[in-house]
Order: sequence, then structure tokens, then C-alpha cells
Amino acid sequence: MKRLLPLFSRLASTLGLLLAVVVLNFLLIQMAPGDPVSVIVGEMGGASEELIARMRAEYGLDQPLHVQLGVYVWKILHGDFGFSYYFKEPVLSLILQRLPATILLVVTALAVAVLVGTLLGIFSARRPRGPLNYLVTLVSLAGYSAPVFWTGLMLVILFSSILPLFPVSGMADVRGAETFLGGVADVAHHLVLPAVTLASIYIAIYSRLSRATMLDVLGADYIRTARAKGLSERRVVYGHALRNALIPVVTMVGLQFGQLFAGAVLVETVFNWPGLGRLAFESILRRDYPTLLGILFFSAILVVVANILTDIAYGLVDPRIRTRKPAAARKPKATGAPR
Amino acid sequence: MLNRLKQFTLAAAVALALGATALGGAGAQAAPEDGGTLVVGTTQVPRHFNGAIQSGQATALASTQIFASPLRYDANWNPQPYLAKSWEVAADGLSVTLHLVEGATFHDGQPITSEDVKFSIMTIKKNHPFTTMLAPVTDVETPDPQTAVIKLAHPHPALLLAMSPALMPILPEHVYGQGDIQSNPANLKPVGSGPFVFEEYKQGEYYKLKKNPNFFIKGRPYLDEVIVQIIGDPTSMVLSMRRGDIDLVPYVSAVRDVQMLQKTEGLTVSDKGSDGFGALNWLAFNTKKPPFDNPDVRRAIGYAIDKKFILDRLLGGIAQRAYGPIVPSSPLATDQVEHYDLDLAKAKELLDKAGLKPGADGVRLTMTADYIPGFTDQGRNIVEYLRTQLRQVGIVVEVRNSPDFPTWAQRISNYDFDVTEDNVYNWGDPVIGVNRTYLSSNIRKGVIWSNTQQYSNPDVDRILEQAGQEMDPAKRAALYAEFQKIVVDDAPILYLNVSPFNTVYKSNLKNPPLTIWGAASPFDEVYWDKK
Repeated sequence: MKRLLPLFSRLASTLGLLLAVVVLNFLLIQMAPGDPVSVIVGEMGGASEELIARMRAEYGLDQPLHVQLGVYVWKILHGDFGFSYYFKEPVLSLILQRLPATILLVVTALAVAVLVGTLLGIFSARRPRGPLNYLVTLVSLAGYSAPVFWTGLMLVILFSSILPLFPVSGMADVRGAETFLGGVADVAHHLVLPAVTLASIYIAIYSRLSRATMLDVLGADYIRTARAKGLSERRVVYGHALRNALIPVVTMVGLQFGQLFAGAVLVETVFNWPGLGRLAFESILRRDYPTLLGILFFSAILVVVANILTDIAYGLVDPRIRTRKPAAARKPKATGAPR
Repeated sequence: MLNRLKQFTLAAAVALALGATALGGAGAQAAPEDGGTLVVGTTQVPRHFNGAIQSGQATALASTQIFASPLRYDANWNPQPYLAKSWEVAADGLSVTLHLVEGATFHDGQPITSEDVKFSIMTIKKNHPFTTMLAPVTDVETPDPQTAVIKLAHPHPALLLAMSPALMPILPEHVYGQGDIQSNPANLKPVGSGPFVFEEYKQGEYYKLKKNPNFFIKGRPYLDEVIVQIIGDPTSMVLSMRRGDIDLVPYVSAVRDVQMLQKTEGLTVSDKGSDGFGALNWLAFNTKKPPFDNPDVRRAIGYAIDKKFILDRLLGGIAQRAYGPIVPSSPLATDQVEHYDLDLAKAKELLDKAGLKPGADGVRLTMTADYIPGFTDQGRNIVEYLRTQLRQVGIVVEVRNSPDFPTWAQRISNYDFDVTEDNVYNWGDPVIGVNRTYLSSNIRKGVIWSNTQQYSNPDVDRILEQAGQEMDPAKRAALYAEFQKIVVDDAPILYLNVSPFNTVYKSNLKNPPLTIWGAASPFDEVYWDKK
């Protein structure tokens, strides 16, 4: 029971946080000018005052703000995310339709960024003054500073228009694939440019981060010991140093999960990727409050889950960091040196 | 001048049509071929597919493939039989009788009867945003399943055009008759009687339509499948088109896109296919706000703007000049109105007359200018141009950006503006799309694309009401000519150009949709030349 206590307190604080997210989001969205009815009426090419009043009443927009908020929180507590004003579908089903595409994009981009980023970091750490180091620094800084949508457009112009290697946009060929495997290959083909675009920023961050920690770790005593034992350089770097160098990267991945979603909004919009990010963008433009609130709420949950996963990942990378074990239970090491 | 031009255009069109027929005869034996898929690209997301309760191109594109309507129109504004094999307008103009084709069925196999026609017309009258379109309809009588008689309170010359596929889809009463039409689930899974059957919709991605094997016009449609792909970003769409991933894009209007696609091999760019919409780009004043309540100030600004510069430089020569509230391609348009050709001296004189003398810094007046966000060529660029241009007559223009459409719509519809660029459609007949901008009864706060200029002139109100009931085309045209003259003189709006909507398609696509409604009309005649 005692061991479960931290879990309960964490759960409680998480729920409180989510509630705060819901209320804050609700109030923020209300501050934008215009409302969903004005958008719908605009797209219809105008409407009578009666119809406008009828729609406002139907959506509950004629109620005072605190009543609307109360109704919304009450619904959320019952697992009801409401009905999209614009798409005329339950918000939950809209989100579930779009979620897989976003997860595929974000996870692929993250994997590419971590893999490429750390490898570049290690390479440049091993020869900190070499030409490769400067090249990596240059490329990664360029990737970091360029706006995502610009990178995306440039990649499209280069790899879709000048060199017709990849499709311009979308997640799959609308004409449809013949076989299941053909469909998978088609989606993978469409995934390349958006994933690389989204990854481009994070490659820079991870390569800088892993380069710095790698340099740090390579100077540590235990590395000298490992080298003294006569281990090959490869074993020293990848067997001993890498694990410790990865800890800050893992922390960063956890922290940046939320930002990745923010990046996905732009990438999905540029590449017409049918995910949550584009749905969020469209919902903002249409003042589709329920859909937008639903997406924000879902992203909040995803960020919380990502944080928990990060904690677990710590444990895998470094067994000494275990959240559930009280610190006192840990056996102190004989020496201060890491392992 | 323009009339002569119009005659010439008409003659050219006829010659072209004859030529095309001759070519078709030569190519021969080239009867339209069956089969193939057509991929259409669009940037617009449809809210749903029921054109009876929703206007706009996004819904009309789908709705006109899925639902048939009583009549359809060719490229020269001539009505053609469709679900109605023939029709008669009564001598007093107070009723229109439709004779429906026999044996036509909806996609679920149910026969189409006059009851369905009655249900559809009454549904549209009650729910469609264009309230003036069917307002005079009092009842629809159904003497037998093949005959529908539309009863009118007064003669209604716009009624025949309102029977177009884009405006009058015939819905099956047994599907849409129960409950509130706005929330009917069939709006997203439509059942109609048009050439294509709805198959699936991937929200915001694409929708697929399959050939209707039991279409009431035998042997059509030729295509097996129509897929409409929704691409949010216009640049991506142009690149996809150039790569050949998309076969047809209707309503392309960005200058650079048009020029780039014109240069792409294998593509044809046509400026046909949007006369019915008649989208006009203009600058609208808040006529209740001083000093813009003074017509001389508005006229002065009109004389200070170089329309030729806008057309040639900003719009790359692809847009046509508009002189008045009715789109020049309409048979009711006239160019016998004040043209407001560039005349800076006259502009200054009018401003002096209005009491706006230049101060020590040469400034007479500071004003704001808005534009619809997302409109670059016809919006932002033009308003930016005004800033430098109007400085020459002592007017300082502050450009106001709106982050998104709702922000702009809220400002304009609540009269919080001096002048705004705006893009408004004629929708074929003045009664449908023009009256709303000028009738003083349509000054409705909070409603965008009502009379947001707050323009009010009893003469205009009277003429529009009269013209809306005049069945004699010549008399009607005369009334509208008078209306156009008054409105252009009063200058609540300065007319700039017709929005250059272009239809872009692969050159081996035959019978592309180039009628007055373009892609908002059935694709039953479209086919692929497979050679």
C-alpha cells in the first residue's frame, strides 16, 4: 500500500492538471474574435438572422460563458467530448480517426531525430575539431533555425518537383493500392518528406546534446579505465560511454513531446497529412470549439503519458533511477564513479 | 464597346463550338470512351454533401454529381432538360410546370416522383441560405407522379436558373423527410439520382464517387469513378497538378499558379467554367461612417485608383475589369456606367469639395483598409497598393490585417471598418446574388455578405423589386441597367475585377466542365481520350 501512495498522488495531481488544462483552453479559445456560427454563415454565403439565432441556440452559444464552461466540464467528466459544429460528427470519433496518422508521423520523426541526432553527436564528439564536426554543426544549426514550413516547402520543391522522387502531399494515393503490402509501401513513401521535415529541428537538438555529454563522458575516469583494459575504441564508445550519454537525450525526448505535437501542426498542414495537427489548425480557423478543445485535451493526455514513459525509460537506460523505489532502498555504490 | 466585345466573344464561342464539333466528327468514330478515374483537386473542405441546405463550391462540387436537378445549363446560359424533359412557364408568369423524365430512380432504387420535387423545393425554400432564391414560391402541386407545378406569388424570372444542379438538388423524400434536415445523417452519406453514387468520405482527405449504372440518361456517365482530393495548401495542389497526380482543378485564381500551370506541358488552362458564380472583387465602403458617408469622397478615391495598374501588374493580365455590380458575362450586365478612370486632379477637386483640405503635412484624411485574409493577389496586394497610390491625393491608408476569416467577418459585419476589399458572387441572377448587397432591407448587423456597406437608396430598392418580377428579358435588362448606373454613381462600392477563376485539366480529358457552373455541374459527359 505504501508503495502505491506516490502513484496515487501522481494520479491526483495529473487529474488536477488536466482539469486546469480544460478550463484554461476553454477560456483562451473564447478570447478569439468570431464564433463558429459566423464561420458557417460565411461559408454558406450568408444567412437570415433567424437561422443564425437558431444555430447559436442549438450550439448553446447564447448561454453566458460560465454556464457554457460548466456544461463543458460536466460533459468531459462523463467522457463526452461533444459534437463538432463543423464536421457534424462526435469529436471523439473525429480524433480517433486522425490520431493514428499523427502518432505515425511523430513517432517516426522522433525515431529519425534521435537516431540520426545521437549518431551525428557521437561522430562529432569523437573528433571534436574535425571537419565532420563543423559540417554537422552547420547542418544541424540550419535545420534548427529554419522555420518548419519553409524546410517542408523546400524539400517538396527539391524532392517532389525538381526530382520527382516523393509525393507532394497526403498520406496515401487516393486511387488506392492493389494489395495490403502495396498500401503499406505507399504510406511509407508518403511519410518520408513530412517525417524528415519534422525531424530536422530535433536532429539539431539531439546532436548538440549528445555531442556535449559524449565529450563529457569520454573524459571520465571509467572510460580511461575501460581504455586501459585494452578494450577496442568501438566497445568503449558504444558499450560504455553511449549509455550514459543517452540520459539527457531521453530527458529531452520526454520534455519535447509536447513541442513535437506543435511542430506536427505545421508539418501536417504543409504536407496535407491527415492527422490531429491539421484538424487542430482547421478547427481554429473555423472556431470549432468542441473539436479544438478535444484535441488539446487529448494532446495533454499524450504529454502526460509521454512523461510517464520517459520515467520508465530512465530506468531502462540507468537502473539506478527507479521512480517507485524509495531512494534509501538503493544500495550506495562503493565508489562515486558511475559503474 | 463591351457589347460589341460580347458579340464578338459569342461569335468566337460559336465558331469554336462548331470547330470542336467538326473535330469531334473527324476524330470520329471517336465516340466517348467508357472507363477511368478522374481525380479532382480542391482546397475546400465540404461541411457535408447536401446542396439543398448549403451553398458554396465545396458542397456544390459533390452535390451536383450525386443529385440531379430539374434543369441544367450550357456555357451560354441556355437551359437544358435534365430531370425535367420539358417545362412551361404560364403566360401570367405565376406558375411553372415541370414534366419529369420517366423511369428515373434514386440510387437506392426508389422511383423519383413529383412528390420528391415538391419536398426538395420546399426544403430549399426553408433552409437554403439564399433566401430570395425561392421566396416567391407559394406551393408545388403534384397532379401526377411525373408532373410538378410550381406556384408563385409573383412572376420570378430567376426561377429557371435556380433549377440548376448547384442550386436545386432533388432529394428523395423517403431519406430526408424525417426529422430536422440540418442534422440528417444522410447529409454525410447522401442518396441522390445523379450520375455518380456516393461511396466513401475520409473526413478532410478525400471522397469517392462511383458510376451510377442506372443513371436516367442512358449510356452515361462515361467515367467509372470520381475522386475528390482535398489539399489544404494551394502550393501543394499546384505541385501535385504539375506532377500529374491530379487530373482536374476547378476555380484556380492565384496569378502565379495560373501562369505556372499555363506553362506546364499536358495541361490546359481555361478561363471558362465560372460565369454562373460571377465572383467580383471590389472595395466596399462603410457608407454610414464620415467622411465616407459623402459620395464625393468615395468617388474621389475611385478616380485616384489606377485600375489598369491593378489589372496588368498586380493581377498579371489574367483578370477582366468589372465596371458594376453585375458580372460582365451576364446577359443583364451593362458597361454604360461611370468608369472611374484614373484622374488625380479630379480626385483632389472632389476631396476639396467635400471639405477635406490637405493639412500642413499634406494629409487630408487617414483611413483603414481591410481585406479577406488569404486573398493575396486580389486582397493584400491591392490594399498595399492603395497605401502608396492614395498618398498621392493626400489620403493615408493603414492596412489592417485579420489573422483569419472569422476575425475579418466579425469586423466587417459589425461595421467596424472604413473600406475593405471583398469578393462576392453573383450566383447567376441578380435576385440570387446581387440584391443582397444593395437592398436596404438587407442591412443586417452581424451577417457577413449582407448589405454591410449600409447602403440605402429608395430608388435602388424600388428598381430591384420591380426587376425581380419582370419576365420580359428586354425590360428586365433595362431596369438593371438603370440600377447599375445609380449604384456606380453613388459609389458605395468601387468595382475592380472579375475574379479570374480558371479550370485546369489534363489535355486528354474530353468535355471538361466548362459550362456556366463549371465543376458545380454533373460530370456525366466527361471522358478520357485514351489514345
